[in-house]
Amino acid sequence: MIHFLASIGRAVMAALAKVGSVALFALETISHLFRPPFYGREFWHALIQIGWLSLPVVGLTAFFTGGALALQIFAGGSRYGAEAVVPSIVAIGMVRELGPVLGGLMVAARVASSIAAEIGTMKVTEQIDALVTLSTHPMKYLTLPRVLAATLAVPVLVAVGDSVGIMGGYLVGVGRLDFNAATYLKNTVDFLEPWDITSGLFKGAAFGFIVATMGCYHGMQSGRGAQGVGAATKSAVVSASVLIFAANYILTELFFAA
Amino acid sequence: MIELRDIHKTFGANHVLRGVDLTVTKGNSLVIIGGSGTGKSVTLKCILGLIKPDQGQIFVDGQNVEDASRDAFLARFGMLFQGAALFDSIPVWQNVAFRLMRGALKRPKDEAREVAIEKLRRVGLKPEVADKFPAELSGGMQKRVGLARAIAADPEIIFFDEPTTGLDPIMSGVINDLIREIVTEMGATALTITHDMTSVRAIADNVAMLHDGVVKWTGPVNDMDTSGDPYVDQFIHGRAEGPIAAVR
Ligand SMILES: Nc1ncnc2c1ncn2[C@@H]1O[C@H](COP(=O)(O)OP(=O)(O)OP(=O)(O)O)[C@@H](O)[C@H]1O
Ligand SMILES: [Mg+2]
Repeated sequence: MIHFLASIGRAVMAALAKVGSVALFALETISHLFRPPFYGREFWHALIQIGWLSLPVVGLTAFFTGGALALQIFAGGSRYGAEAVVPSIVAIGMVRELGPVLGGLMVAARVASSIAAEIGTMKVTEQIDALVTLSTHPMKYLTLPRVLAATLAVPVLVAVGDSVGIMGGYLVGVGRLDFNAATYLKNTVDFLEPWDITSGLFKGAAFGFIVATMGCYHGMQSGRGAQGVGAATKSAVVSASVLIFAANYILTELFFAA
Repeated sequence: MIELRDIHKTFGANHVLRGVDLTVTKGNSLVIIGGSGTGKSVTLKCILGLIKPDQGQIFVDGQNVEDASRDAFLARFGMLFQGAALFDSIPVWQNVAFRLMRGALKRPKDEAREVAIEKLRRVGLKPEVADKFPAELSGGMQKRVGLARAIAADPEIIFFDEPTTGLDPIMSGVINDLIREIVTEMGATALTITHDMTSVRAIADNVAMLHDGVVKWTGPVNDMDTSGDPYVDQFIHGRAEGPIAAVR
């Protein structure tokens, strides 16, 4: 019994230590935002890698999700004779919830893994040590540009995903469900409030921060050898995804619980 | 001058350094020899602050490295890593000129590139190599690019971790001459790790032998053959029999 309790205690302590070290890492990253030097080229590079190159995958995900959403809501709504809600629910579901969460998850899969693998490889091949000896702070040169780029780029990706998702719903609505094109658009726009959209963009920023921070953190903590990098990559994707869901719930409570 | 006093370092259950005392005088070339896994690379990393020793002090020019301003301290150093540690996302010349393109030593891009190409020439690499990426080079070429990067900003103190490993005998000769030249002509202080006894004789003013976590023997390179130390004798003659176990 004592052993059992002790092992639970140890696990809790280890988990808390982890949370603390991630939090410190995040705070240190933010603190470098206010302390020069800054590496602009690295930032642009990260912006292209994280933002621009994620557009196809985020767009495709949103497109198909919007289409499927329209079908489901139509099927559900028809049980109450409420098919007319399809456009507005697709729009609200997309911008408030699915756009940011799916966008965040796709970026987690694409970006958290590649950041962790890249930085982890740099760690095990002593490139991080080499950076230090060349008077370059790894947090400034590697972490901050990526975290900043992701925090700024993911809201834009979410906005694109929202639009493409709504378009997917529209195409299905008009093409398969016989909605009138003009009515569909009008219903989409009429019931959408600005805060629906902006709240989703804020979520996107938070998710982008989470994704890049987890990628950098696990990369920097990577163990030795290829196995270490593999483990770091896996931890980065898993923790980023779980944290996205947790943050999504918390932000939804904050934004919408009356 | 670099001074290490009673440096200890443990990784888990692996007590690597057990009280290393070492002195490198200014403008001198010290070579560290010792078996694989005895902690030579760890010793260099301790001096640079990449690994924090568990115990002991390190002084550079009389100042404790823990009190020194990191940037000013590191600006005086150049380091060649055992695995070259080139940045594989940028071309060779930007690797070499890394320090010259940012921070206090920043200079115009074409000037930095010229310096890089000149340093590459000194390590026996043609200008064509400059625009390649590290992954396109052979191991020995990468090593030499690492060397060029270490000397790019003409540092006062240079650490070379196995500079000639993986090079053909002629290239080894070129690199040995280069290291000697950097010490005698530029007055730099050099600390080199090598397993290559030809290199030791070509590069060293002094030699230190690391074994069992301590410096077993240290002295001028000319005394190495007559040291009478059984560890040094076994090592320099590469005998399987002797006080150093062959399985470690
Ligand atoms: N970051 C680290 N974490 C854990 N153990 C380490 C670490 N760095 C080095 N070691 C261990 O310390 C010991 C000494 O390593 P070091 O790289 O200094 O050896 P070395 O003398 O340079 O050997 P070689 O001549 O083969 O390069 C090894 O047993 C190694 O496993
Ligand atoms: Mg070594």
